[in-house]
Amino acid sequence: MEDNNKATLVVLGGDMDKVFAAFTIATGCAAAGMDTTMFFTFWGLNALKNGNGTGDTMMGKMVGAMLPKDISALNPSKFSFGGMGRVMFSKMMKDKGVASLAELRQTCIDLGVHFLACKTSMDVMELRREDLIPEVEAVVGVAKMVAEASNSKIQLFI
Amino acid sequence: MDIKVDKVQDSIGQMCPMPIAFMAKNMRTMEIGQVLEIEADDEGAHADIPAWCEQTGNEFLGEEDAGDFIRYYVKKTA
Repeated sequence: MEDNNKATLVVLGGDMDKVFAAFTIATGCAAAGMDTTMFFTFWGLNALKNGNGTGDTMMGKMVGAMLPKDISALNPSKFSFGGMGRVMFSKMMKDKGVASLAELRQTCIDLGVHFLACKTSMDVMELRREDLIPEVEAVVGVAKMVAEASNSKIQLFI
Repeated sequence: MDIKVDKVQDSIGQMCPMPIAFMAKNMRTMEIGQVLEIEADDEGAHADIPAWCEQTGNEFLGEEDAGDFIRYYVKKTA
């Protein structure tokens, strides 16, 4: 196996469709034997939240209350219709045998995909480590992401 | 197809990327030389399974039309 048989995905977007694509591609990379790392930043962190109410300051608590509490609450980037779109797409995906976002995330975990969370975004959003799922391996900065990406055959920004 | 199969994976009704995810998981538990049969009806799997074999260095032995689904045979060689 080559030394750089690695894949690095930056997940900035927190839309259902973007997160769906990110976990699907990561599954494909890990299934192909690549050492796969997903770096979650800004809205992407919503895909890792564990359902806790978040925020310390008044504004942080407002942000926490308005954002999705966990992966099942992510809305699509189009046809959101105040949450109706999510219900509609979830049903259409389920009817067609497409895995849910939570199932895809678990598949990534089972295949050994590494989840890293961006420290700065967590500070801005007032998220603590314990507000994220335990499978998050580390809270890191951009240098860690760059180090991983510079050694990867595949680098994606989603 | 006259192939001795060591393990059968039922991926009927599954869509991308699940047939490949389960194939990767199953192959990790198998020995070199063993054969995995994947039963799948997703059209995407038709291109995905040989592509996965090529990338991972495993051998794609072939496929067999079973009517509503296709049987794919993959030998662990890597």
